[in-house]
Amino acid sequence: MFKFLLRRSDLPLDRDAHSQFLPWLIAFMVFLAVLAMAGMLMLNSVAERWDQGVTGTLTVQIAPSEDSSEDDIRLRAALTVLASTKAIDRYEVMSDSRVLKLLEPWLGGIANSDELPLPRLIDVELHSGAVLDSKQLAERLAAKVPGSSVDDHRVWLERLVNLIRTVQTLATLVLVFIAFATVGTVIFTTRTGLAVHREAIEVLHLIGAQDAYIAQQFSRRALSLGLTGGFLGLILGVPTLIGIGFLVGRMDGFLMPGLHLATYHWVIVGLLPIGVAVIAMVTARLTVLRSLGQML
Amino acid sequence: MEAASDEAIARFENVGLRYGLGPEVLRDVSFALPKGSFHFLIGESGAGKSSLLKLIYLALKPSRGLISLFGNDIAVTPRQKLPALRRRVGVVFQEFRLLNHLSAFDNVALPLRVSGAKEGLVRKHVSELLAWVGLESHMEARPPTLSGGQQQRVSIARAIIARPRLLLADEPTGNVDDVMGFRLMHLFEELNRLGTTVVIATHNMQVVERLGHGRLLLDEGFLTVKPPRPIPDPAATGKDLISDGEKKALAVAEAAAVADPFGNFPGDDETFGDPASLENYL
Ligand SMILES: Nc1ncnc2c1ncn2[C@@H]1O[C@H](COP(=O)(O)OP(=O)(O)OP(=O)(O)O)[C@@H](O)[C@H]1O
Ligand SMILES: [Mg+2]
Repeated sequence: MFKFLLRRSDLPLDRDAHSQFLPWLIAFMVFLAVLAMAGMLMLNSVAERWDQGVTGTLTVQIAPSEDSSEDDIRLRAALTVLASTKAIDRYEVMSDSRVLKLLEPWLGGIANSDELPLPRLIDVELHSGAVLDSKQLAERLAAKVPGSSVDDHRVWLERLVNLIRTVQTLATLVLVFIAFATVGTVIFTTRTGLAVHREAIEVLHLIGAQDAYIAQQFSRRALSLGLTGGFLGLILGVPTLIGIGFLVGRMDGFLMPGLHLATYHWVIVGLLPIGVAVIAMVTARLTVLRSLGQML
Repeated sequence: MEAASDEAIARFENVGLRYGLGPEVLRDVSFALPKGSFHFLIGESGAGKSSLLKLIYLALKPSRGLISLFGNDIAVTPRQKLPALRRRVGVVFQEFRLLNHLSAFDNVALPLRVSGAKEGLVRKHVSELLAWVGLESHMEARPPTLSGGQQQRVSIARAIIARPRLLLADEPTGNVDDVMGFRLMHLFEELNRLGTTVVIATHNMQVVERLGHGRLLLDEGFLTVKPPRPIPDPAATGKDLISDGEKKALAVAEAAAVADPFGNFPGDDETFGDPASLENYL
């Protein structure tokens, strides 16, 4: 593949046994890069959605008291506090049936509001962009309505988002590692090639070849091997991605909303082999130029 | 002094050379190669002939002294300008140094390709020159499949394809019989007549005596320059050693060479990068 890049070469680089393994190595690295990159991009959109969906909402909870007739008074007192808070856009008292549904996992289907004192829950939404100190709000509420508490979703969701960011950092490290490994491998292969063809290179040099002329033969070869390996890696990586996507799609979308690749994600993933091939080409060129620079 | 440096193709002043920490192989070597001159470089084996040539074709740096090539002091010439100087020097290496994976054609084409000549021109000139040295039927042969004399001719063709101003040949007659030796010498004289400055390292004293050119004599690292002498017997320039058939072939080749030495190179501007000095050369 990509033999057209090697139309004519003064050095028999295409017959070098030591560089035959390079496409496979690059294929493997691009395969890993495709997975790491796809994982990173997907988690990115998940984190973004969570961030958006969560900021600006909180829940106020009022614990049931002994005398259920007091509950309505306390609820009204709490609503007055909320109404007088500037940052709050709107609030809504949850119906008992919705509260029951939320409690179902803990209580089982037997729960019935008549038998069980239910807490009152109020969904609160802030003005977009508004900042609210949830601790302060909780204190103000508690002063008027003992037994009330404020549940700021951000706290625990932020922890999840942080977890995702950590995983993303790891994926980035994997990508950086792959880039370094590619550079190292290409340097090694190129140096071996320089040693194997030392005599021919010296003749070219003495005949008056510019360093760039000799370097080009190596960099073209590296580009060709890099593209071959890169697309091989992509061909292996994409079905793997699709398979993973299929498995994830069968799971409930509850925890992992939007765990799929957008079109531009596919474009980025598709560019990986080209990126790796360009890294290989530039590395080979610099390695040769550096080595030739030591000749007179 | 200035004028001399302008006229000299190559000039050495008090040049010394040592390999690593070893003894000086060349000591206080001073000489100038005037434009259009022809010299034999002689001396015992190990006297430093190849080392001296390597200094001229910029394969080695001197340990001391000054070397100037085409008026450029090598010590202060930026490295990226050296390839252009090397392209004006044709070298026939002692061990040929042909690239074994390339055909005879591609070997001879190297100097042209390296200087960016168009493929069409390369085809034309390389085939012409290979035909001229009698290898038209071996163009696609790889060097290992050629005889010693054939390889020698390929290496000579490679040395002269880009029409160098300076031709250096390291024992080019070392591996061939006397007849071939004289034929090759005749070829070098032909090139010299067309303006190329020539230096030939050789052990063949018979050739040196017969042709009577100037001599660079190396002895224990010291160099003495001996001027050209009149040839004792002008008829005996080596042609008498050649058979009638070969004489004929040589005459044809000679005529061709005079008419169109190595073809006209419209790409010469690219090859030498300096059309004005190219005119000088011709
Ligand atoms: N690369 C090298 N490293 C160390 N010493 C060297 C090297 N090349 C040559 N020499 C030494 O330099 C001296 C001159 O060698 P050179 O090859 O120039 O001689 P020469 O005149 O060409 O000999 P010959 O006629 O046998 O080709 C010799 O003593 C040789 O041992
Ligand atoms: Mg020698």
